[in-house]
Amino acid sequence: MRDNPYFGLMWVLIPFSLVSVGGGPSIFAPLQHQTVDVWHWISAREFVDLFAIARTAPGPGAMLTTLIGWKVAGWSGALVATVSLFGPASILCYGVARIYDRYRGHPWHTALERGLAPVAVGLIFAGALSVLRLSGGRPLTWIVALASGLALGYWSKLHPFIILFAGAAMFIAAFVLGWG
Amino acid sequence: MQVNDSGLPADVAAAVLTRDKERVPLLAIFRVFFTIGATSFGGGLTGWIHRETVTQRGWLTHEQFLSGLALGQVLPGANVTNLAVYIGQLLRGAPGAIIAVVSVLAAPFFLCIGLALIYEDATRIPGFHAAMDGIAAAAVGMILRLGYMGAKSGCNRLATGSVALAVFLAIGVAQWPLFPVIAVAAPLSVWFAWPRGGGAHA
Repeated sequence: MRDNPYFGLMWVLIPFSLVSVGGGPSIFAPLQHQTVDVWHWISAREFVDLFAIARTAPGPGAMLTTLIGWKVAGWSGALVATVSLFGPASILCYGVARIYDRYRGHPWHTALERGLAPVAVGLIFAGALSVLRLSGGRPLTWIVALASGLALGYWSKLHPFIILFAGAAMFIAAFVLGWG
Repeated sequence: MQVNDSGLPADVAAAVLTRDKERVPLLAIFRVFFTIGATSFGGGLTGWIHRETVTQRGWLTHEQFLSGLALGQVLPGANVTNLAVYIGQLLRGAPGAIIAVVSVLAAPFFLCIGLALIYEDATRIPGFHAAMDGIAAAAVGMILRLGYMGAKSGCNRLATGSVALAVFLAIGVAQWPLFPVIAVAAPLSVWFAWPRGGGAHA
């Protein structure tokens, strides 16, 4: 069974799915160990490249596993890897969401909803900081992030595309002018 | 979608919708989550999902969104897929959850493999990395906006504000592991919010 690439992907990724608290970043270190050192699917250099590609493409950073599956067994490998990584966690989340939803309106549900909100706010700002850190912490990153946040607050109807495009344009301008 | 078109405030519309889940068509769930997935460069998805589902469409309330976001972050799995499952479930049960999570991943699935195919060439285009970094930075702005709105509505008391600040410092600044921090902060925060008969010493 260890010779079948699909079983290999499922064997490695399904357990990772169920421990990936906080998403991709929490499993990247053990994922690298398994895919590079244990299973020899890809080289360390390829792992880093795939990580960069997953971060550049849209979607969660955990799409890195999609790319690993693709390297191992082409399109079907990519599909098996994606389902193995996102499936089990999604099913668990569905179960919890269902139970949570059933008690809507109960006093403890309201307390849970109100109590979880500030935790979420803390995590949102922590997430913003971690993305800023990943991008190297250049002043321009902070300026563009703050400016786009303020712009969205000021013009609430502004389409996110315009914000993203403006961010890219500012960075390209900085690159052309040699500030990067 | 008559509820939305009637011009009701978002939270009223969402309350009505939550009682009558048939009102949000599966196709609309697919359209929203597919678009978000296809354009979610740089990881600013949560901010965008909030904008599309709460601000623009009133499918759920601000509080429902925030508690779903927190649930999704405590549970294993990517925050975005968990949030998609939560919102899809809330709107249309199992079919809604499946449609939401599959459609948020559909475009990234093909786009990341497509990018892998041309990666060598793409990185040779001058300014490619700069453009990607710029998109990521702007996407952080959307997260900041979401955090600000969450803080305004959900952290307007000393207790809730302190919880948010403590979680931010522990996870964001000190980079402590997520799970122990949540295991302490979440019960404490829920206890602060627990309904009391008055005279509570919180």
